[in-house]
Amino acid sequence: MAVQTLATPSRPAPWRDPKIRAIVIQVLFVATLAALIGFLAYNTVTNLRRQSIASGFGFLDREAAFGIGESLIPYSPADTYGRAFIVGLLNTLYVSAIGIVLATILGTMIGLARLSSNWLVAKLAAIYVETFRNVPLALQLLFWWALLRGSAPSPREAWELLPGVFISNRGITFPVPFSEPAYLWMALALVAGIVITIAVRRWAKRRQEQTGQQFPTGWAGLGLVLGLPAIVFIAFGAPLRLDVPALRGFNFAGGTAMSPEFGALLIGLVIYTGSFIAEIVRAGILAVSWGQSEAAMALGLRPGQRMRLVVLPQALRVIVPPMTSEYLSLTKNSSLAVIIGYPDLVSIANTTLNQTGQAVEGIAMIMGVYLAISLLISLLMNLYNRAVALVER
Amino acid sequence: MADIDIAEEIPLPAQQRPPVVTSGVIGWLRANLFNSVFNTILTLLAVYFLVSTVPPLIRWMFIDAIWSAPNGQACHAAISQGAGACWAFIGEKWRFIFFGRFPYEEQWRPLFVIVIIIGLILASCDRRLWGRRLVLLWPAGLVIVGILMWGGVFGLRYVPTELWSGLPLTLILAVIGMAFAFPLAILLALGRRSKLPAVRMVSVAYIELVRGVPLITVLFMASVMLPLFLPAGVTIDKLLRAQVAFILFAAAYLAEVVRGGLQAIPKGQIEAADALGLGYWRRTRLIVLPQALAMVIPPLVNNFIGAFKNTSLVLIIGLFDLLNTANTALTDSSWQGFANEAYVFIAAIYFCFCFFMSRYSQMLERTFNRGHRR
Repeated sequence: MAVQTLATPSRPAPWRDPKIRAIVIQVLFVATLAALIGFLAYNTVTNLRRQSIASGFGFLDREAAFGIGESLIPYSPADTYGRAFIVGLLNTLYVSAIGIVLATILGTMIGLARLSSNWLVAKLAAIYVETFRNVPLALQLLFWWALLRGSAPSPREAWELLPGVFISNRGITFPVPFSEPAYLWMALALVAGIVITIAVRRWAKRRQEQTGQQFPTGWAGLGLVLGLPAIVFIAFGAPLRLDVPALRGFNFAGGTAMSPEFGALLIGLVIYTGSFIAEIVRAGILAVSWGQSEAAMALGLRPGQRMRLVVLPQALRVIVPPMTSEYLSLTKNSSLAVIIGYPDLVSIANTTLNQTGQAVEGIAMIMGVYLAISLLISLLMNLYNRAVALVER
Repeated sequence: MADIDIAEEIPLPAQQRPPVVTSGVIGWLRANLFNSVFNTILTLLAVYFLVSTVPPLIRWMFIDAIWSAPNGQACHAAISQGAGACWAFIGEKWRFIFFGRFPYEEQWRPLFVIVIIIGLILASCDRRLWGRRLVLLWPAGLVIVGILMWGGVFGLRYVPTELWSGLPLTLILAVIGMAFAFPLAILLALGRRSKLPAVRMVSVAYIELVRGVPLITVLFMASVMLPLFLPAGVTIDKLLRAQVAFILFAAAYLAEVVRGGLQAIPKGQIEAADALGLGYWRRTRLIVLPQALAMVIPPLVNNFIGAFKNTSLVLIIGLFDLLNTANTALTDSSWQGFANEAYVFIAAIYFCFCFFMSRYSQMLERTFNRGHRR
């Protein structure tokens, strides 16, 4: 009988079997990596012992014995390294949070300006973007710092930018209102306004779905959010007393001052990141095809409605992911504060590791904190992204 | 006759205004600057802004500027009487800003290095040269750069790396950094898409860890921790440590760019390569990478711009790059207080490089998109 059953494919030799090969390669890879890390760790431990540097995080409880220029929480050199570290962390978070908000506002405005039909405005915005995007941030920070610190006049001859806002080599001084009980009620009124606006919006949407009638939610919301606090303000007799900075001796008294370091860091971060955000916003809006706008016009939507209902929801889908990475890079770039001496996380950790010699722990802590911040911002932006993303089947 | 009646009954469009003129200077102004109330306000604001900033700036930079002065005091005296920028400072310090602490009489060497590196970059921009010739040109150019900087052969004086500074250092950090980061990035990107879980996990961990921390911490790590990692007695020179940090950092960002290209390769290409009987490495080298890399050239150029700007951070660990030489020039006691002049000067240098590269990347993007555009 010449009938041959089709042989099941014979097992290849072990060194040709992809499964076995994969396992062998991975074992070799992991073993090499582990050996390398082990070698480095062994060297580190020996070197540390030879230089008699302590290890572990015990140093966090010891006295720091260095001063910090500005701090959001009470701090003195007698406090511990741990507290100094928290001061640095809060400073980093503070400048990053303000920077993100301001850079988003500035970047969006410039991005829209670049798309403006006004030739002059579009060209000015383009010059802004090209200038600040193509110069290193470190250089820009040094420039602003030199301008605020060195070129700005003494408080006696301070530049008065607006009435009450002074720029001098002691930083930027501006007036703040004295606190009044009315402000608490105004804040509550603001919250109430926002809540009512959300309720009105829901009701208007339901009514439009049922009857087709529209309701001017935008104007009503604006009126509620701004109007309610304004009514409370007037009801309390409009108590507005400004603490205006005034020259006393060699410096300003009253008002609030922003140190030259903080001012330079904030200005630098906002202007630099703003130029990148402007490009993202512009690209996002250009990504919505012109046909969408034409269709909206054919439906009879006004320019504002066209932007709000048709273009922006589609543009946001393109804008949000790169915007996340800009926020992340702004936060990471705030570490350049060390160049101009603003006491951020990296700057304080650097002082700590110079004093204690515990480089491994110091750098591990900085990296841990930045990783945590990065993951947190990614998480928040991913949640927002899910809200604006295209709902697919 | 009926035709005429009908024609007469058609009403003429009621009092329509003639279309707005859009040609000529007035027409252009009306169409581009004053086409609505809002735009008119914007235009007026922009004009006000320009009028209040540009003339003082031009006066400061050119008209009232001091082009030569014997020393800083003379400049300060003139400035107190209303003079503008003191470019005499740059005239005095430009050689230090460009070449830093490199021995004065040997500074023709870093000058040649600048010319060679700019030449290599320009040659790489010419698409006709892309290919094997460029791959040979770069190592040859870098060997010459090394000989010129180090010396010690051909009768050139030996110059230790501590004295390398200024623009050549910035260019070397950026160019070598990218040249070595690129292969590493390809391996990381391939690792991230590998079917082997151990390789994939290590690649993902590396990429995300490095991208999650600022470059400063990586530089600190290189300058403070790298000496601890090495066996006792082994020391690495400071410049090399910074360069290694730079390569490791740039590789993580480049890897994500390369991954973008890899993901854009249709699966059919890989299946076709499998059908031809190509193994993993031959498939990757001959089919996948050529297509993936061609697709990501514009973002690669953008990454290069970022790396070039990032070189300015090495001043934190005390290397004398362009920014640090300018900073050091400012500390000369007879020429103090000209920070604005120094920073504007080096900002212009950085701007020229970055602007050229970003324009080039935009041009490439247009060229590559030509096939996809209708």
